[in-house]
Amino acid sequence: MSRVVVDVMLKPEILDPQGQAIARKLPQLGYEGVTAVRQGKRFEVEIDGEADEAALERVRKIAETLLANPVIEDFEVRVL
Amino acid sequence: MNAARVGVITFPGSLDDRDAARAVRLAGAEPVALWHADHDLQGVDAVVLPGGFSYGDYLRAGAIARFAPIMTELVAAAGRGLPVLGICNGFQVLCESHLLPGALLPNAGLHFVCRDQRLRIDSADTAWTAEYSTGQEIVIPVKNADGRYSADAETLARIEGEGLVVARYLDLNPNGSLNDIAGVRNEAGNVVGLMPHPEHAVESLTGPSTDGLGFFTSIVKRLVNA
Repeated sequence: MSRVVVDVMLKPEILDPQGQAIARKLPQLGYEGVTAVRQGKRFEVEIDGEADEAALERVRKIAETLLANPVIEDFEVRVL
Repeated sequence: MNAARVGVITFPGSLDDRDAARAVRLAGAEPVALWHADHDLQGVDAVVLPGGFSYGDYLRAGAIARFAPIMTELVAAAGRGLPVLGICNGFQVLCESHLLPGALLPNAGLHFVCRDQRLRIDSADTAWTAEYSTGQEIVIPVKNADGRYSADAETLARIEGEGLVVARYLDLNPNGSLNDIAGVRNEAGNVVGLMPHPEHAVESLTGPSTDGLGFFTSIVKRLVNA
């Protein structure tokens, strides 16, 4: 069994009000110098067998079909 | 002559399917209840995807409903010209299905918004808006958490250039939608998505107006004259 991570982030040009809300809170907590926060999603996908190129390709397919909406999001796939 | 038959799909978590069916009936058509888990559109003449929180809006609003069994038939039929209206969650499902351009994201203010909203109809030549005139102003409720219409710059330019905006918010933009977009259409004009709720504005007893009825009478008139 292997575990593959899919990180999904809004495309850079898409407004992220949740990230902005987090960033605005930080100075009140004493954390200065943070210029921006963007919030994304991380998926851990468990698969049978080795995370070989064929398996990674399958996870990429899953990511672009369901985990991410390519209209507004980018994703990255990596082995944990 | 038989009444036009307009299907309303119920997904797990749909809320406004009954109101949508009622609006269809008030407009003079026969509402037909369609079930998400069936591969069967029951031969209807048009379909409404109602508001709600299908599959709890897990992952993204509409992302899981897009893969409901009935969506296979719906996407194919929409491609052949079947009139389809997606309201609120239904709009989100149509965007996730790529039947409509763009996507809907959490409101810019991060709050659920519920208000009577003034809109301008910008495209009166669709299957669902023919009873309006371009530039007509209407008031219908808007109620959503994920109503911020978004698209990349290229897509937005195409939508505006091809006149695919069906309605825009007036007075204030309740959710941060780009260019105040409240609804869009496909190129053919048979598929329309709208974030506000015309089915909640079809009777003066319960709605802020009856301005929403035009979406349903538009399709009925079109089907009867077809």
